[in-house]
Formats: sequence, C-alpha cells, structure tokens
Amino acid sequence: MENLIGLLVAAPLLGAAVLLCGGRRLDRAGHWIGTALAAASFAVGVVLFAGMLGRGAEDRALHQHLFSWVPVEGFQADVAFQLDQLSMTFVLLITGVGSLIHIYSIGYMEHDPRRRRFFGYLNLFLAAMLLLVLADNYLLLYAGWEGVGLASYLLIGFWQHKPSAATAAKKAFLVNRVGDIGLSIAIMLMFTTFGTFAFGPVLESAGDTSEGMLTAIGLMLLLAACGKSAQVPLQSWLGDAMEGPTPVSALIHAATMVTAGVYLITRSGAIFNGSPDAQLVVAIVGAVTLIFGAIVGCAKDDIKKALAGSTMSQIGYMVLAAGLGPIGYVFAIMHLVTHGFFKAGLFLGAGSVMHGMNDEVDMRKYGGLRKYMPVTFVTFGLGYLAIIGFPGLSGFWSKDKIIEAAFAKGGTEGWILGGVALLGAALTAYYMTRVMLLTFFGEKRWGSTPSPAAPDVEPAAETSGEHATPHPHESPKSMTIPMIVLAFGSVFAGGLFSWNSSFLHWLEPVTGHDHGHSPLSAAAVTGATVVVLLIGVALAWLQYGRKPVPVTAPRGSLLTRAARRDLLQDDFNHVALVKPGEYLTRGLVYVDNKGVDGLVNGTAAAVGGLSGRMRRVQNGFVRSYAVSMFGGTAVLIAATLLMRAV
Amino acid sequence: MSFPLLTAAAVLPAAGAIATAAVPAARRTAAKWTALIASLGTLVLAGVVLARFEPGGDRYQLTESHAWIADFGVRYELGVDGIGAALIGLTALLMPFIILAGWRDADPAEEAEGAGGDRPGRRWRPVQGFFALILMVEAMVIISFAATDVFLFYIFFEAMLIPMYFLIGGFGDRAHAQSDEEAAKQRTYAAVKFLLYNLAGGLIMLAAVVGLYAVTADQLGEGTFSLQRIVEARAAGELEMAVTTERLLFLGFFFAFAIKAPLWPLHTWLPNAMGESTAPVAVLITAVMDKVGTFAMLRFCLGLFPGASDWATPVILVLALISIVYGALLAVGQRDIKRLIAYASVSHFGFIVLGIFAMTSQGQSGATLYMVNHGISTAVLMLVAGFLISRRGSRLIADYGGVQKVAPVLAGTFLIGGLATLSLPGLAPFVSEFLVLVGTFSRYPVIGIIATAGIVLAALYVLVLYQRTMTGPVKESLGRMPDLRPRELAVAAPLIALLIFLGVFPRPLTEIVNPAVEHTLSDVRKTDPRPDVPAQDLEAAK
Amino acid sequence: MNPMNYVYLAALLFTIGAAGVLLRRNAIVVFMCVELMLNACNLTLVAFSRMHGNLDGQIIAFFTMVVAAAEVVVGLAIIVMLFRTRHSASVDDASLMKL
Repeated sequence: MENLIGLLVAAPLLGAAVLLCGGRRLDRAGHWIGTALAAASFAVGVVLFAGMLGRGAEDRALHQHLFSWVPVEGFQADVAFQLDQLSMTFVLLITGVGSLIHIYSIGYMEHDPRRRRFFGYLNLFLAAMLLLVLADNYLLLYAGWEGVGLASYLLIGFWQHKPSAATAAKKAFLVNRVGDIGLSIAIMLMFTTFGTFAFGPVLESAGDTSEGMLTAIGLMLLLAACGKSAQVPLQSWLGDAMEGPTPVSALIHAATMVTAGVYLITRSGAIFNGSPDAQLVVAIVGAVTLIFGAIVGCAKDDIKKALAGSTMSQIGYMVLAAGLGPIGYVFAIMHLVTHGFFKAGLFLGAGSVMHGMNDEVDMRKYGGLRKYMPVTFVTFGLGYLAIIGFPGLSGFWSKDKIIEAAFAKGGTEGWILGGVALLGAALTAYYMTRVMLLTFFGEKRWGSTPSPAAPDVEPAAETSGEHATPHPHESPKSMTIPMIVLAFGSVFAGGLFSWNSSFLHWLEPVTGHDHGHSPLSAAAVTGATVVVLLIGVALAWLQYGRKPVPVTAPRGSLLTRAARRDLLQDDFNHVALVKPGEYLTRGLVYVDNKGVDGLVNGTAAAVGGLSGRMRRVQNGFVRSYAVSMFGGTAVLIAATLLMRAV
Repeated sequence: MSFPLLTAAAVLPAAGAIATAAVPAARRTAAKWTALIASLGTLVLAGVVLARFEPGGDRYQLTESHAWIADFGVRYELGVDGIGAALIGLTALLMPFIILAGWRDADPAEEAEGAGGDRPGRRWRPVQGFFALILMVEAMVIISFAATDVFLFYIFFEAMLIPMYFLIGGFGDRAHAQSDEEAAKQRTYAAVKFLLYNLAGGLIMLAAVVGLYAVTADQLGEGTFSLQRIVEARAAGELEMAVTTERLLFLGFFFAFAIKAPLWPLHTWLPNAMGESTAPVAVLITAVMDKVGTFAMLRFCLGLFPGASDWATPVILVLALISIVYGALLAVGQRDIKRLIAYASVSHFGFIVLGIFAMTSQGQSGATLYMVNHGISTAVLMLVAGFLISRRGSRLIADYGGVQKVAPVLAGTFLIGGLATLSLPGLAPFVSEFLVLVGTFSRYPVIGIIATAGIVLAALYVLVLYQRTMTGPVKESLGRMPDLRPRELAVAAPLIALLIFLGVFPRPLTEIVNPAVEHTLSDVRKTDPRPDVPAQDLEAAK
Repeated sequence: MNPMNYVYLAALLFTIGAAGVLLRRNAIVVFMCVELMLNACNLTLVAFSRMHGNLDGQIIAFFTMVVAAAEVVVGLAIIVMLFRTRHSASVDDASLMKL
C-alpha cells in the first residue's frame, strides 16, 4: 500500500515532463494526457483513502522512504513520504479539485495556442503541491513549497506577452521568496536545535527545548506561511496574481496553494503549542488579514480581484483558527476543505461569466446575467450561499466553528478575536452579496442589446479589452460539469463533515483537539453569526440591489479609494522598498565603477603620472646624459673622499 | 608503477591544443573537430579518474611522484582527493560544451576583415588559436586541481593566465554597442586588467611560496613544497611556525586565491573580463578557472595554515557576506546581460567562500558541491545568453523583449538556467546553497541569516532579467529570431538534465566529497557544533 | 723630474677632454675629446706605474690603447653613417632615443 504514495506525485510529474518536453507533436492530445494523469493521481488517492479507512485510527499513517537526498555528515535529508490523515485530506482536495479544474480548462483554454504548455504547468503544480503535503521532513516540504511557487509563477505569467501578467508573476515569486527566508531559517533553527528536520523527531522533541527557541521557529514558520498564504504583511501579490487564467486562480490562488501556509502551521502544531506567544501572533495575523481582505473585497469592481480579497479573508479565518492551537486546528482544516470547494466553484463561475462576456472583468459592466447563464448562476449562487455561511451549507458549519473556537480561546483575547471573526462574517456577507447582485441581478449594463445566439467562434481567452458587444452565453459542458460538482461539495461537504463530528474524529489523532471553554453557548454564537450575516446581506442589498448601479465607479470615500488600491499596500512597498532599493543599486553601481575600481585605476594613474614627470629627464641630448654621468661620478668621488676624511 | 592517469588527463588536452594549432589555416572545421575530440577524450579520462577513485580509500589517490628540481625540493607530485576529483570532473565535463557553444565564435567575420580592424583574420588563424588556447587552459586547470606540490601548483596557477589573456583580449564579443575601435579598446582594457589583477596576486603568492620553503628548510632540515609532507609534519608537531609567520604566509596565499575567486573588493576584473569576452570564454573564466581559487583556499589555505585560517575567519566571513549581498545588488542594477551574470557569480563565489570558512562539514561539503553546481548552472545561463546575444548582436537588456514568443525553447532553457541560479529546489544549486547556509548558520547564526537574504536578491535579478528580455510584447527587431538550433540544443539540454539529476540525487557527488571534507576539517581541528536537543539521541535511546 | 707633474698634466688633459665632450656639438670633436680623456688616463697609469715601480699600470695602458683603437673604428663608422643620413655631424640632432 505505501508503495502507491510515490505514484501520487509521479503521475502528474510524468505529465509535466511529457507535456513540456514533448514539443508540438503533442499539441492535439496534450490536454487529455494532462487531465488523465491528474485523474490517475486522484484515483490512487481514493484507493489509499479506502485503505486508510480500513485501518484503526492510530495506525493509519503510512511511510515510504525512496532514497537519501542529501547525505552529508550530520545532515540527513531524505526523499521520503508520510501519508497520515492530514496529508490524506489534502491529497484528496488537491487531486479532486485539481482534476475538475483540468477538465474545466479543456474548455476554457480551447482557443489558446499554448494549451499543451498550460496543462504541463498545471501538472507540474499538482506534483509540487502533492510533494509539499506528502513530505516527511521540512526540507522536502521546502522543495514542494518552492515548486508550487514556480508553478504559480509560470501560470500567473502564462500570458507573458502582457507586461502586467509578467510583472504580477515576478511579484508573486519575489514576495513568496521573502516568506521562504522564514522557512529556510526555521529549518536551520531546527537543525541546530534538534540535529534533524524530519517531522517525527522534531515534533516529538519540541517540548525538550526552550520556549524562546520554539517562538523563534514558530515566527519564522509564520513568515513563510504569510508569504504563501497571502497574509498581512506579505499579502500584496494575491490581487495581482489574478492576471493568470481563471482556472489557475481557482486551483492555485483559491483552493490549494494559498492554503499551504495553514497546512504548515497545522503540521507544526507541536511547535506552536509550546509557544503561546507565537500562537498569539499567528492568531493576530489571521484576524488582521481577515478584516483586511474583506475590506479590499468590498471595494473591488474587478470580479476576480473581489474574489481574491475574499480568499485572503477566508484564509485569514483559517490562520486565525490555527493560531488558536488545538482548539482550532481541526476547524482550520475543515474550513480549508469547504473553502476549497466553494471558492474554486466561485472562481470557475467567474471564469464562466468572463468566458461569456468577452473576458470583461468589471462587474459594473455585467448585470442581469442570471437569464443568460442559468447553470453558472445556480452554481455560483450555491457557492455564494456557502461562503457567507448560510445555515446548512458548507461554509456555515466550518466558519461557525471557527468563530466559536475564537471565543473559546478565553480572556480578552478570546472576546477580541471572536468579535473580529463575527465582523468578518458580516463583511463576507456584504461583499459576496455585492458580487452576486452586480453580476447576476439588476439591469444589464453591457453595451447594446445582446443577440440571443452566441457566435460560434469565441475570441481566444487570452485577448482582453476592446471588443464589440459581448454576447453572454452559457459555457460548454466541460466547464459547467466541474462547476456543478463543486456546487455539490459547497452544499453538502460541511454537513457531512459535521455529521457525528466525523471530520473531528478523522483528524484528531494527528492534530489533537481541545474543546476550550467558551464564554458563550454554541447556540448564542450561531445566532449571532446568522444575525450579522443578515445585516451584511441587507446592507449590500440597500446599496446595490435597490437602486441601479452606475457603470463607472463613483469616487467613493477615502476608505473605498484606499481599498481599491489594496489599502495602499503597493504604494507603501513602492515608497519603502522599491524606490530605496533602486537608489541603492544605482548608487552601488556607481560606487563599483568609480570607487572600488577607481581606487585601483587611481593607483595606476598615479604611477603613470609620476613616470611622466620622470621621463622628462631623458631629453635625448648626449651632452645632458654626459653631464649627469660626470656629476654622478663627481658626487661619488666626493663622497668617497669625505668618508676617507672622516 | 601504475598508469599515470592524472598526467594523462592533463597531457591529452595539451596535446590536443598543439594538434589543433597545427591544423592548416584553411581547414577550420578540422581544427574544431580536433579540439572537440580532444576534449571528449579528456572527459573519458576524467570519467576513469572518478570511477577509479574510491571514496573510502586514502586521502590522496592516483598519486604520482617524481623528482623535478631536486636542489629546491620541488617535486612533480599529483594526487586527488574527493574535492579535486569532483572539480576535475566538472572541468572535463564543461569543456566539450564550451567548445561546441563557441563553434562559430572565432570564425573570421567578413565585415571585420573588410573594415581592416585590429584582427587580421587571415594571417594568424583565429579558429585554430581560439580552440588551442581553450584546451591549454583546460590542461593547466586540471594540473592545478591535481597538484599536491605547492610549487607545481603555483606554476600552473600563474601559467593559465597567459592563454586566458589572449582569449579575452584576442577574441572579443562581436556584440557591442560601440564602434569596432572602441570595442577593441575595451577588450584590451579588460584583458590587461585581468592580467594585472591576477599577476599581482600571483606575485604576492610567490613570496609566500618562497617563505614557506624557507620555513620548511629551517625546521625540517630540508626544504619541501610537498603538501602531504608539510601537513603530516604539522600534525606530528615537527613543523612549528611562529604565529606571525603563519599569518603572513596565509595572507600571501589567500590574497592570490581571493583575487582569482573573486572576493569583494577584488572582484572588479571579473565583470570586465566576462563582459568583453565571448560567452564560452566567460564560462571558462567563471565556471572553470575561478574554481581554482576557491579550491586552493580549501586545499592550501586550510591545509597548510590551520591556525591562521582560524584567525582570519571572521574577516573572511564578513568579506564573503559582503560579496553575496553586494554582488547581487549590483547584478540587479546592470544593463548588460553578461555583466549581470558576472555580478551574480561574484555573489555565488561569496557563498562558496562562506561555506569554506564556516568550518563545518555541511558548509564545506556544500561549498564543494556549490563549485560544481555553479559551474553547470552558470554554463547554462551564460551559454544560452550567448546564443541570444549572437542573434541580436547586442548585450543590452533593453534591446530585448518578448523573446519567449518567437523562440520559446531558447526562453525555456534560459529560464531553467536562471532558476538554477536562484537556487530553486529540484535543481542542483539548491542543495549546495542550502548546505552552505545551514553550515554557516550552525556556527554563525547572524551571518547565516543575512546570507539567507541573498536568496531574495537572486530571485530579483534573475526574474527581472527574464521579464525584461523574454516577456512582454515582441520587439520589432526580434521578429525573425530563430529558436535554438540543434547544435545549441545539444549544448543546453545535457547540462539541464545534469542540473535536474544532481538536484534530485546529489549522492554520487556527496559520496566522494564527504571524506575529503572530513580530512580538511581534521586539518583545521574543527568539529561540527552539536545540536541543543539532539533528537537523534532520543530516538536511539528508545 | 717630479713624476707628479705627469699626473697634473693628465688631470689637465682630462679636464679639457671632459669640457669638450660637454660643450662641443660636432660629433668629430666630441669624439676627439673622448680620445683625449682616454689618453689622459693612459698617462696617469704610466705615471703611477713609474712611481710605484710596478708594471701593472703599463700593461693596462696597452689594453686601453687596444680598446680605444676598436672604439675609434666603431665610433667613426657611426659618425660617418650619421652624417650620411642626416647631413649633419651635430650630436644634438640625434635625439631620437628620448620618449
């Protein structure tokens, strides 16, 4: 059984290798190869899952040791996999949602001449992401961590001919690299502290070291998580990452890769448990991002960027939950899974809308689309209800638990974190209702009257911008089916997980669990959640549902304008980092040419100048040479005589 | 008496150089093939060296020893440890690719002849000269890696400057922004600068070599240059150097190696030399020749002067750290592709020196792997950049844009080379860079942390370079740029495959390097720091 | 006669020769002055030989004569060549050796 684990990674890796090296011969079959290998990986995952369910809770974890990666004295890094319940959850989410998105992309990227390469990159991403969650040590996790970063870089910049896409890709990679410093340093700290960085020994002996060391490791891990999961202060790349094709946004920047930070924190639970300080910082980062993302989401008119703000905010929930310690780990992962379903569904819906609207992304130019895209409307609507936490749907179960857990943290912190989580729920309801109303309800706000029949040939998905009137139409089957499947997940997953606390019992052996002491009863929290939800929906309806929406955005308040600019994060980075950096490099280039080199050249010039003076003596006249000879002789003789005399 | 394998590995390229030079002027292709075959033969011999090398065996293997200048105790002594073997392998491996990549670089350009210029193509047979000089450098580098006699090493350490000087000064990059005359001037400037810097270092080293002889003659009764003899005598306590003497001698050696390496602030010759020479020669400089500098630090500085190495470590670590950050920052600010790669190399050499002087087994193993991996990754990046430059005839980043649209394979290989340069996991340089960082961190946490910031800067200069040249709208002048030709793909593809292989499975390399590193560490009497809470002991206790 | 008088004479001749080398421009005259200096030296050698009753000085004088003869051959040849190419025997005209 454990020999199958390697296959999980190998299948998509093979796909990536074949598709990227195969050349144009594979252009026609490439997308099928990619999809088949993603599905194969999912199938292996299901087989392993079935096998795991057949064993008792304590011996469910499997290990596979492939080979020793970096054997150096005192430093043992292996290519070895570990499949426990936590990894299994991720494997199913990644391969399942991943396969669906492969299928969706067949339709979405149909007219792109580089579709084969797109599928190659998607497969590469799956392989790296699976490596990340299956690794049994931090160094191999790091390899997967950078691997998904690379795939993300390639996919955000897939339409490289657009300078904005290329810039966004570069930005994503660089911001992630800043986070990677954290992961590197964390691994080094583990190495100097424990002499190893394999999960097992490190987490077992975490209690033996000082709390200060655990705090240091924990904060470094948090830095890494902030980079990958777009948490404040490293969140600025996620909005720009929406330059990538929409399936990428759904898979990487909503469902899987951005949640890697949550995985990292949950996996390293033993370290955080030993350091309340680090835990508190994690929770604060989560809470701040939760509000930050929600505010940005409220102001964006670009449908994908609004959803990106929402993603940031929802991951904030997960990080907040992970920061609560054993009370919250399970719920963080549960929210992660349900979020994977409904956010991927929402993004695919957004992609479907854009597909029908000539790649228009401005929601103010949508309106009334429910008549033209019924399937998209229904699936998007179910995802919407799930994310705002409508009672009974997936998001309700997971988010409600996180809010409860936040209150259960106890003390002033508990009240503050719980309050923030509740406020976030209201904001979620507000911005998602806004997206929903702007897109599917109200008057249609695009150019002239659309013709009922859609044209046969759509412009290639990559071309955006000025086209004739859009002709909204429903997307092909290959796109709608994944949306329907994800909608099912959005509706039922939460309930299924909460049934008899099945998810809790499933993960508890890995993450541990603690109920905490909530100052509020569960029913009170649920009631409060529903109330704030209704307030949020009502506010959005008052603003966008009751009266017509202007096509050009109004100027808005100071906060709105700041939120449209991602709360000035980019401006801050520009002023604080980019500009000084530019001056520094320019200055150093100057110094290197003039200073360091100048010193050497200056010495050479001084020697040259001196010899220039000296050579004047050599004037070419025999007589002057003779005089110097005579003079020299005379001096010598005089000196000799003088010496004699003395 | 066994077959003198190491001598053969050095003589073969030298003989190839003579044969190449002797090919008649008109038969340029024959000269190229002669050179390629000689380099492939050397590769086979290097393969035999690696195969015959036993990781668990003696410290120095395949040794040869003959009296040479008996009056001064100079001997012709060769022998390799794991570090030397790995670097001989790297040299022999890169050489066929360098020759193949430079296949057309020395062909007399018709326009240059028409203009008269300073390069009379017909009279002095540029093709034969170019390839013969490259092979000469290879022969000398291999001897340097194998020499265990300090004087022998010194001779070839200095002698390789001569062919290199002609390669830089005589065969410039045809792609330059200025007039031919201006280019010739800059090329001469670069070549002379290269020569002067390295000669200055060499002369100071010569003084130290003589000093070493005097010390051994004084203490051991008879002067010797034999590395093994001196190291043994030091270990046995027969050879005691006064503290000041040892430090001065150490500085003499280190100065020469730091120029060659090159370490900040002695690095300024490298960007000029790499920028003005052709891409294959630039690879020869940074991927092959400069490695002699870092290799010699490991073998001679640490082996001969352990006490002084320990004394100088703090300063050297700081210099290495400055190199890392400074090189990367300057790379970010460059407008010329080749100079950018040169400054990136300065940064990488900083990592290598850092690893060496961290004095931990991870650091030194990492540094040795780094030498090999940096050689391969820089070769990929620089050679592909050379292909790109030869198409457009410009080295300026601003002249490019959107290349991936017209030449996707070229862009892809360039990206992989770049990713290797920024140490992406899965590619070989990651393993070595991480080892160096871990090794440094376990002894000097603060320096380790600052060095880690280098990985962000590396990502910055690589991605900015890629973005500006390869992405965006296609520049008009590039509209008809051809993609990689089969010859060029034959250069890039095997090296990329090797980068991936060594990134996933570096074990063949670490196996031969590890024992040598252990020996070096025992020379300097250093042991690795112990972990605070050794988890492995816990497991063992269970 | 006091042998020291020969030495004074030699000093006088040497001074005249040296002054001629330094002050005259005609190559032939300079050359003659050089010969004058050589002969002044010969004179001192012979005089000291007589004073000390030792033949070494006379032997060296013979050597000097031979060398001077050889020097005359080479020197005159150079001067003739110089005159042919430059149509001048002034030493100041031959100043190409300066940088």
